[in-house]
Amino acid sequence: MEKNNNPINRRKFIKIVGISTAALSGVLPGCTSEKKETAGNSSAPQASGEMTYRTAACGDKVSLLGYGCMRWPTLPSPAQDGNVIDQAAVNDLVDYAIAHGVTYFDTSPVYMQGWSEKSTGIALKRHPREKWQIATKLSNFSNYTRENSIAMYKKSFEDLQVDYIDYYLLHSIGNGGIETFRGRYIDNGMIDYLMEERKAGRIRNLGFSFHGTQAVFDEVLAMYDKVHWDFVQIQLNYSDWRHATGSNVNAEYLYGELEKRNIQAIIMEPLLGGRLSKLPEHIIARLKQRRPEDSVASWAFRFAGSPEKVLTVLSGMTYKEHLIDNLRTYSPLIPLSDEDYKFLEETAQLIMKYPTVPCNDCKYCMPCPYGIDIPGVLLHYNKCVNEGNIPKSRQDENYRQARRAFLVGYDRSVPKLRQASHCIGCETCNPHCPQSIDIPKELHRIDAFVEQLKQETL
Amino acid sequence: MLRKIRQTLAIVFFAMVTLLFLDFTGTLHVWFGWMAEIQFLPALLALNIGVVVFLLLLTLLFGRIYCSIICPLGVFQDVVSWISGKRKGKKHRFAYSPALTWLRYAVLVLFVIACIAGINSFVALLAPYSSYGRMASNLFAPLWQWGNNVLAYLAERVGSYAFYETEVWIKSLPTFILALITFVVIGVLAWHNGRTYCNTVCPVGTLLGVVSRFSLYRPVIDVEQCKNCRLCAKKCKSACIDLEKHQIDYSRCVTCMDCLDACKHGAIHYENRFRQERETNTGNSKEASDSSRRSFLTLAATLTVGSVLKAQEKKVDGGLAPIIDKKKPERQTPILPPGAGDKRHFAQHCTACQLCVSECPNGVLRPSANLTTFMQPQMSYERGYCRPECMRCAEVCPTGAISLNTLADKVSTQVGHAVFVKELCVVQRDGVSCGNCARHCPTGSIQMVAENPDDPESPRYPVVNVETCIGCGACENLCPSRPYSAIYVEGHERQRLV
Repeated sequence: MEKNNNPINRRKFIKIVGISTAALSGVLPGCTSEKKETAGNSSAPQASGEMTYRTAACGDKVSLLGYGCMRWPTLPSPAQDGNVIDQAAVNDLVDYAIAHGVTYFDTSPVYMQGWSEKSTGIALKRHPREKWQIATKLSNFSNYTRENSIAMYKKSFEDLQVDYIDYYLLHSIGNGGIETFRGRYIDNGMIDYLMEERKAGRIRNLGFSFHGTQAVFDEVLAMYDKVHWDFVQIQLNYSDWRHATGSNVNAEYLYGELEKRNIQAIIMEPLLGGRLSKLPEHIIARLKQRRPEDSVASWAFRFAGSPEKVLTVLSGMTYKEHLIDNLRTYSPLIPLSDEDYKFLEETAQLIMKYPTVPCNDCKYCMPCPYGIDIPGVLLHYNKCVNEGNIPKSRQDENYRQARRAFLVGYDRSVPKLRQASHCIGCETCNPHCPQSIDIPKELHRIDAFVEQLKQETL
Repeated sequence: MLRKIRQTLAIVFFAMVTLLFLDFTGTLHVWFGWMAEIQFLPALLALNIGVVVFLLLLTLLFGRIYCSIICPLGVFQDVVSWISGKRKGKKHRFAYSPALTWLRYAVLVLFVIACIAGINSFVALLAPYSSYGRMASNLFAPLWQWGNNVLAYLAERVGSYAFYETEVWIKSLPTFILALITFVVIGVLAWHNGRTYCNTVCPVGTLLGVVSRFSLYRPVIDVEQCKNCRLCAKKCKSACIDLEKHQIDYSRCVTCMDCLDACKHGAIHYENRFRQERETNTGNSKEASDSSRRSFLTLAATLTVGSVLKAQEKKVDGGLAPIIDKKKPERQTPILPPGAGDKRHFAQHCTACQLCVSECPNGVLRPSANLTTFMQPQMSYERGYCRPECMRCAEVCPTGAISLNTLADKVSTQVGHAVFVKELCVVQRDGVSCGNCARHCPTGSIQMVAENPDDPESPRYPVVNVETCIGCGACENLCPSRPYSAIYVEGHERQRLV
């Protein structure tokens, strides 16, 4: 009997493995099937054609996929000089991106604990200057003085090893309201200084990135007559289009205002820090049903890339797989149809039903002076929301499993000493959050939920 | 046959009692907690008259089978001795030796005096169950937990929530060292001479020995059948078979039935002392030893799972601020676990078996290093606090030294009260607003009060209502001030309901 069983099992096993490798090759970049279809007319096996380009007002040909340099791969422990970035991996990613048509790279003096500009500069230096455009920002968040701001501006040239910057942004306008904006750029005369620099050719395009309330956006945009913004960077995705969270403004409005003035838009957070690809099972199924071969993320990127006034869409790609997937989506872009728009709007409404915290893991809030891993706590909570592991009451059918998944998973994702229970509510983090999340409030809410789970008083 | 039954029961008891100490999930004691409660000394201290009478009657009927089956320290010695006997040429390594009567009774008398006088460190040092608990909690439990942590590591990789990681740490260095000494001393004695400890030192063994002299059933040597081959004496781990006189010292015999199976001439029988006629029974000794070997191997395998050490690396992103460990504050009065009653009651009823220390899921309980309460559990809040949903220490305590009826009792038992130290508070030190202690107080005994009564915007500091504070340590553990908390708990000698 036993002897008879063995060959069947083995055959079964081989069959299963065969299926899974086939499935894997479907998921993996490149898609063998597509390669066959397009063999001969494309040098890039991962994509079916050429990257889609948009032409900037200054005449630049800019790739629709822009590389966000905020999430570079990190070393297991910082190097001797304190650099946290894995330079070899960055070089590899940049080479691959440029080889496949990416031209736009977006960084800031504060990204990656201050190491992003340097790393990005090193990687780009290895390619001809005319092949890429660099964007960086005046990230004078804590010290507004003119001296400090100019020092920060000059340091960017040094770190990036360039003599001109293609796109220069006033970083994160709207955080802290119009008062903060005036303090950072108007009162210290920085806006005039930067306009002079543009005239001198060291800045080719001047713009700003925006997070905040409508009033600030309107007021800063109204400065167009004086400053002549070459571009504006906004948060746009199919969830924020009409369902912006917190004090954020709907992207539909932001984009509409830019379109009216014929200003090109650069898109950030097209995927909401991965939140639009880490979706609940049934929403993933819904997206896959419509286009089985395309990734979940590709929907978000097609949405962000479809409007004509969009110059480029930024994505902070830590992993090669994400880069390959995004290259595939934009080589070339298949614009959304009217049905697609309707379909995504319905999807956005479904997503809205899941009460995730709008954290995009940008880590601007870090480090918390009391050692809390803020994004770690919020991301674990979001994961449990999406996986249906936030029980509403003890009567829930899956209460036991959900409780265990939440509590065991919590200790795994965040060490006990860095959990929400240690948040004292000092609010040091709050002014830094671009999504204007009331972080202590959310942490206390999650902590109260954890208490209810632990004490079984739900 | 009798030996086989004895071995099977012994292994079941030994495994389950050991698992009580190893299991940190709190599920086993629901089923097997009674095995700790029928241990002699815990039952005596719990004034569990029913159990004590039962054990005495059991001994009066069948001899010291308590020592062979129920006592985990006894079975532990049998296991060590069994391994020692597996060595070549060591199969028949025992020989009769006269009883060290004076030593035995002297230890028993001292032990009784210590019990009455409340010299607990001495009691805990000698009591067999406490000794075993000490070894299981300090030596075996870490191995078990490391094994669990390997499984948790693997479970995490495959996205399963079946296992979760536990923290392995030395709760008290003196107790750990004492456990190690106990392990070595008893292990060496058992390795060479079998049950020496039970028949010279163990006070419970001596006490039951007095009773078992008069037991109804006992092994008897049939002088007519005996060929004086001495096989039984060489197999007797209690060294109590005197073949010169064909007598067995029943005060030392632990009724293990080894001699019955050893005798090739059917000259030893386990029989009623009033019965004259002889029963004829034959046992199949080979089968018995085979099954016991298998059972032992299974047990050993369970115990040694995961001696593989997991190199623990905390995932720390460069963007995280460092956190320094908390330090234990100087407490004037130690904090006793809720349900311990008062200081004296607890000291007299706790056998320091470490079961509660093993069980505590929050890292709160640890053995005391103080001489008068040596190894008895105390609370401290550097690693966690006494959580409102947990009363596991009371559930597992076999002696009733920690006793709580319901969770409601636990959250209203005042074990101490919180004391605020303003100069350490981050509100003063860092100029921030805090209130984490007030937010987490399960009884709502802390309120944040503005420093300046005329200015509600002035910094707010915690004010403790010592009448309703239960001393659970949530405030102390979650206080952001490090290494010393700005709010800490002082123990109470006498606990009360609030």
